[in-house]
Amino acid sequence: MSGTMRNPLLEVTDLVTEFATRKGILRAVDKVSFAIEAGEIVGLVGESGSGKSVTGFSILGLIDPPGRIAGGSVRLGGRELVGLPPAQLRAIRGKAISMVFQDPSATLNPVLTIGTQMHLAIAAHEKTSEAAARARAAEVLARVGIPDARSRLDAHPHQFSGGMRQRVAIAIALLNRPSLIICDEPTTALDVSIQAQILAEMKALARDLGTAMIWISHDLATVSSLARRILVMYAGRIIEQGPVADVLRHPRHPYTAGLIASLPANAEPGRELRQIPGATPSLFDLPPGCAFAPRCAFSSAACAQAPALHHAGPRGWRCHHPRGMEEAR
Amino acid sequence: MTPLVLAQNVSKRFAPRLGLGERIAAKLGSPVETRTVHAVDNVSLAIAKGEVLGLVGESGCGKSTLGRVIAGIHPPSAGQVTIGGESVMREGRKSTTRIQTVFQDPFASLDPRIRIGEAIAEGPLAHGLMRKADARAEVARWLDAVGLPAEAAERFPHQFSGGQRQRVAIARALAMQPDILVCDEPVASLDVSIQAQIVNLFLKLRRELGLTMLFISHDLGIVRHISDRIAIMYLGRIVETGETEAVFAAPRHPYTRALLDSVPKLVTDSEELVSFKAIAGELPSPLSPPPGCHFHLRCPHAQAVCREIVPASDSQGGMHPVACHFPLIS
Amino acid sequence: MSTPREATPFAVFREEFCRNRVAVIALGVVAIIGVIALLAPWITPQNPYDLSKLSLADARRPPGFVGSGGYVHWLGTDAQGRDLFSAILYGLRISIQIGVMAGAIAFTLGATLGAFAAYAGGRVEALIMRVIDLQLSFPAILLALVLAAVLGQGKWPLIAALVTAQYAYFARTAHGAASAERSKEYVEAALSTPLSPRRVVFRHILPNCLPPLIVVATVQIASAIALEATLSFLGLGLPVSEPSLGMLIANGFQYMLSGRYWISIYPGIALIFLIVAINLVGDQIRDQLNPRLRR
Repeated sequence: MSGTMRNPLLEVTDLVTEFATRKGILRAVDKVSFAIEAGEIVGLVGESGSGKSVTGFSILGLIDPPGRIAGGSVRLGGRELVGLPPAQLRAIRGKAISMVFQDPSATLNPVLTIGTQMHLAIAAHEKTSEAAARARAAEVLARVGIPDARSRLDAHPHQFSGGMRQRVAIAIALLNRPSLIICDEPTTALDVSIQAQILAEMKALARDLGTAMIWISHDLATVSSLARRILVMYAGRIIEQGPVADVLRHPRHPYTAGLIASLPANAEPGRELRQIPGATPSLFDLPPGCAFAPRCAFSSAACAQAPALHHAGPRGWRCHHPRGMEEAR
Repeated sequence: MTPLVLAQNVSKRFAPRLGLGERIAAKLGSPVETRTVHAVDNVSLAIAKGEVLGLVGESGCGKSTLGRVIAGIHPPSAGQVTIGGESVMREGRKSTTRIQTVFQDPFASLDPRIRIGEAIAEGPLAHGLMRKADARAEVARWLDAVGLPAEAAERFPHQFSGGQRQRVAIARALAMQPDILVCDEPVASLDVSIQAQIVNLFLKLRRELGLTMLFISHDLGIVRHISDRIAIMYLGRIVETGETEAVFAAPRHPYTRALLDSVPKLVTDSEELVSFKAIAGELPSPLSPPPGCHFHLRCPHAQAVCREIVPASDSQGGMHPVACHFPLIS
Repeated sequence: MSTPREATPFAVFREEFCRNRVAVIALGVVAIIGVIALLAPWITPQNPYDLSKLSLADARRPPGFVGSGGYVHWLGTDAQGRDLFSAILYGLRISIQIGVMAGAIAFTLGATLGAFAAYAGGRVEALIMRVIDLQLSFPAILLALVLAAVLGQGKWPLIAALVTAQYAYFARTAHGAASAERSKEYVEAALSTPLSPRRVVFRHILPNCLPPLIVVATVQIASAIALEATLSFLGLGLPVSEPSLGMLIANGFQYMLSGRYWISIYPGIALIFLIVAINLVGDQIRDQLNPRLRR
């Protein structure tokens, strides 16, 4: 895929992230490759343990022992980030790439005012006067939909509601005009009505500021309404990728197809949902070959070999028995 | 049809538990929170035998509290809950086994130190619903009903995945042979591919056992799929109830309308223009709910009367009941 | 099941414990002291409590002296002519006995009270916990001193004094842990069944409060032994005829300056070994059970 992209903003190639545990080495991210263009929104979808969040952390170099990036490369604008000394990584984090987490209290310091925290976030990367920093902070807060932004700068995090706190976290991520924001399930803990507000604002922000975004989520519907491209992860690997609407309409991988089919919206009320059997495998004893094979209705002897990445235009999948190939022809 | 479960004018208030020092500080004018939370405010609900009632609302709307009051876990501050005419609580303690609960988080709702088999048999044995000699076979029967092997009885909760634990929690509730199951967000903490399995299990159990259910969830898609009737809650009050399809097809309360519009839909057409019709504003604090209709601050149709008078539930013209001064006409 | 056959929690605990060599050695020391104290009547050359066997001719002899009994006093003798090696072993036996018994009673009493307070809530909880707070504001040694003086000498009065001084720590810990457990969904599930309050407290809440209580128990047993030694040292413990370690130290104290160091020093070393070893084991258990220190 990266071949078709002339000048990718972020290029991840064969990224491997491992954790040393008592039970042995756990490979959370297994040879993940993808690229993102400037200003593009990409959805990274998977269930818990699929490696989607670890992929996000690996890009930022936020893997602490006993975890480590065991291989591959992460290039931002052509510059290699894997193996960069911590000081240089810190200069990139919050400046060129920033991150928004599911729980905003993970980023907000409860004892400092929002204004102070935003000033610190700016001061970490450039020299500005306090007045200039406040002005910029107020501007960004207003941008993410916080009413009366200037006076709210003197409030502490606990004085905001959950949805407002997440907006503040997004504002801090935007402060230094990053070229890429990694959002790890930022609306999962929020109510649907607040989620809808934030999704609408994120979409407008990405369009207006030209910021690229990796939107990590387990929810196909939010990703489909926000992202242009989708990456589906299962057991540490990207098993399908392509333009969102195309993938959701004609999923190639049986796992993607199963996820879409199991949505209540795709079944008659009261009738059984089309379920995927079994449970997500433990990363400690993955089946050899295709990790989805034991749950797959179409698996065959061939699936004992790990499927290679198949390309077709903007689409890609790792499956020996891709779905819906007839109509594509 | 006479309702099986009846909640009449149920309220649940939580007064902050103040220590002596805090009480003195409050008297002296310190900003100590002394206001009472009206988690559930004068709610009446009826569930017919064999029916699945979906209870929908956003976090903090009081749906879980209402579920716990109906299940007899919390005593109501006012009003009462009856099942088949008998009160669920007596002298502040639950006095019936006919109503059982399945909780959201199967990692928290099973005692980590107790084997699965014992967890399932404990309640029925304590209430004489099962004989000790039959316990093994009974446990195996309920495990089978939820799709787990009989060997599971010998294991501890930590040896199971989330979906399997939720199956155990369901088996534990069913072993009490309840007439009604209160399910509080039973799939919210499960993976997407597992959610469908548990929803299917509920559908199967309902078919086979004729279960009555109160299904509490914030996920409108799942509630729509599983419920015969739904009730929408906002800030401690039920704003609309009706047949599921009727409510989804023609919501009468502006909040219901806005909630339905907020749910992201699966977009499979790249040309489709996605717009989010978000409700303006935030959920007001349940510590100081606005007077009159609780929704009037966020409602596009609010008039002067909405700020003063609490709308009564009204089922004008044979339509489903709604608590709104200016119900939507579609 | 999806999860492969996992090691039992206890096996994991044991494996982690074994990784700390100091703790393993300490546990070994505790075990050895425990065994020789238990076997004292069979391995000591003399019964130090049998006054008829003691000879004043053997009093205050240095280590290595061969007494009238015809055997070597490896650690010397005390002012009554007791073989110190025998006396220390018997003393350890009494010290451990009293420490463990006081600890066990305080544990049961305190844990039940604390868990019950957390379960009951409201006024009952406030009353119980305020009484315990009040008691915790007095130093344990002061409380034990007063009680030992009031109740008189003997094993049971001593245990009663130690329990009174120590149960509050268990109650405090149990209350904290039980309050946290009380709000968990499995307790709500038990209330929904419904199970009787007694069953909820004893079958569900208390077993889940055990880890912090076990940590407190190891520390409190060590401190009960130290407290007992202190009381005996001050003459408020056991009768002179059955000296525990504290009394042996006290008896030798007056001879320290006259060069007869062994009467006090050897029982003191035994006491230090025991208490340090128990504390080291307790430290490791605490580190392992503390979720904040875990990876």
